[in-house]
Amino acid sequence: MAELVIRDLKVSIEGKEILKGVDLTLPQGEVHAIMGPNGTGKSTLAYTLMGHPSYEVTGGEVLYDGQNILELAPDERSRLGIFLAFQYPVAIPGVTVANFLRTAVNSRRRAVNPDDKGVPIPEFRKLLKAKMEMLKVDPAFAGRYLNDGFSGGEKKRAEILQMATLEPKIAILDETDSGLDIDALRIVSEGVNALRGPGLGVLVITHYQRILNYIKPDVVHVMMDGRIVESGGPDLALHLEEHGYDWVREKVDSGSVPA
Amino acid sequence: MTKETPRVVTRVVRREGATLKDFAFSADMVRVDNLSKHLIQYRQAAWAEYQTLPMPTLKDEAWRRTDLSGMPSDRFHLPKNEAYLDLAPLPEDLTKPVADQEHGGEVILTPGGAQVSLAKELADQGVIFTDLRTAEQKHPALLEKIMGKIVAAKEGKFAALATALADNGAVLYVPRGVTIEQPLHSLLWGPGEYLAHISHVMVWLEAGASATYVHEYASPTEKAPAFHAGLVEIHVGDNANLRFVELQSWGEHVWNFTHERSSVGQDGQLDWIFGAIGGNVTKNFAELDLVGRGSMGRMSGFYFTDGKQHLDYDSQQNHRSQNTTSDLLFKGALIDSSRVVWQGMIYVAPGAMKTDGYQANRNLVLSREARADSIPGLEILADDVRCTHGATVGKIDPEQVFYLRARGIPQVEAERLIVSGFFDPIMQRIPFEGVRERFQSSIAKKMAAYHG
Repeated sequence: MAELVIRDLKVSIEGKEILKGVDLTLPQGEVHAIMGPNGTGKSTLAYTLMGHPSYEVTGGEVLYDGQNILELAPDERSRLGIFLAFQYPVAIPGVTVANFLRTAVNSRRRAVNPDDKGVPIPEFRKLLKAKMEMLKVDPAFAGRYLNDGFSGGEKKRAEILQMATLEPKIAILDETDSGLDIDALRIVSEGVNALRGPGLGVLVITHYQRILNYIKPDVVHVMMDGRIVESGGPDLALHLEEHGYDWVREKVDSGSVPA
Repeated sequence: MTKETPRVVTRVVRREGATLKDFAFSADMVRVDNLSKHLIQYRQAAWAEYQTLPMPTLKDEAWRRTDLSGMPSDRFHLPKNEAYLDLAPLPEDLTKPVADQEHGGEVILTPGGAQVSLAKELADQGVIFTDLRTAEQKHPALLEKIMGKIVAAKEGKFAALATALADNGAVLYVPRGVTIEQPLHSLLWGPGEYLAHISHVMVWLEAGASATYVHEYASPTEKAPAFHAGLVEIHVGDNANLRFVELQSWGEHVWNFTHERSSVGQDGQLDWIFGAIGGNVTKNFAELDLVGRGSMGRMSGFYFTDGKQHLDYDSQQNHRSQNTTSDLLFKGALIDSSRVVWQGMIYVAPGAMKTDGYQANRNLVLSREARADSIPGLEILADDVRCTHGATVGKIDPEQVFYLRARGIPQVEAERLIVSGFFDPIMQRIPFEGVRERFQSSIAKKMAAYHG
């Protein structure tokens, strides 16, 4: 069983240290949540795990299945089975959802066999149709230009559709709940739950406890000032919702948690 | 996608190009055998015009960004009859996509020859779709009516040359009220080193007629230079509707010059699409004349240049009547040290009130050495009009690339996908899927070669 192991990860942007030594282990089959106030480095962690070139790793390692992935390009990480659902998905005008996903699927096949001719179009159509039915996505979606003119809810659903199609082993959901009304949040969460299983580890990054009512985590971590400062069961999320982050901050300041 | 940073061009190239030699063409090359008196007079007058017009130089306003000094003008010669028998054959992939799809008719033009087909039900309705030489023999009265009515020989050296010496071309005539459902296709195949391909294309839709027509120029890339001069004359009658797609995939050894104009009558509509991926040096004059009240014209272009290709578009949108609408969008991507010039003008004639004119040029410059110049222009001589223009030069957005890579798509493939998306809305207007795919795959090959 593959797992994602983050050890003492330190990351800077433009010389400013954002992550100051993050430790976290996410096994396949579990759902972990990372909560924390704004500006504590949650999204930095997400982008760093995917290999965004603006984030400079200054220390630590990220092991996936025993391999340090920090040396790998973003597309190599993706092909290993790591997936990031973006907080702000980027529009690619002129490229349809179907064309884009077929290219992504073919990139995986060609990485294994450079002479691969690509997935036959009827086979791909069938696959996409099945995924769209599972996630209750309108079939017209496939023919629209990727994220171009999508509403906030549509963008997040498109992210989950991509996740369903690419079948990652580790998925990072970066504030997938942000900007969603309750109906959209429910639909997106149902999609994630449909994909849950022993083969998928999920890291839910969120500011609010709300999404965790729909996607039940096994473990909840609290991130503050570039570190994981508290970990616990699902109850921790409810406690945070009720009491806010101040008590965690006090614990950190008083030195009773490692900082 | 493009960073909206307008680029102001301040560099001015004022090189004194080496003097061009005269072409080796002569008066006896103006075809007269078995032709109508009108046609002979028309071509001989053009020849006289040709002789009085000087070769363009960098000092001429329209030519100041396109240097012809490297053109071996004195070495080009006209193909003989059946010359195609000794030249590179027409590749199947140029004709097959059309053959595989339903179409209304096809004209294949080769140096010194032509093949023509037209659906019987169209011929029965009086549609004429044939090659120039057949039209000269079978439809002299039609040619007398339509030839030279839109583009005049005196408009330039190459216009006069093409008028006088055209030995190949296509003619589409659609009678009043006839609607052609299936798209028509013609292809000018121009292989051969030092050959001069001179073509004349005429499209004439009578009132209320409707058609979709794709015309393509193509040749293999050969070692020694070759030459093409062409005319395109388009008439869209009152309430008529034409979609005309013009594709250029000349070999990268071809010096290519065209003069093109369309005239649109009252409430007529023209959807004019340009696509170019070939040629060595291309200079294209394309003009939209909205002459009838309420007429509309859309001009869309896509181009992708590599190597040392030079592509120069000179577009003109003339609003000559009230309530006319024009909409121009040219989009291009450049790699290597290629260069693109787009110079556009919207002209609104006195009294042409309530006109709406738009022009935009968007370039993706993908290499440091490539250069794109956009020069929009407005000349408005009427009140109560709306005219807007815009030009952008940008690069591929790295956030788009990262997003695609995060889905497992390698960098080069990601960039290819973004560029193909950039062109897609215009490419979708090509009615033949196989032709569209051929252009997409040519662009992908150019990008792959650039990335090594």
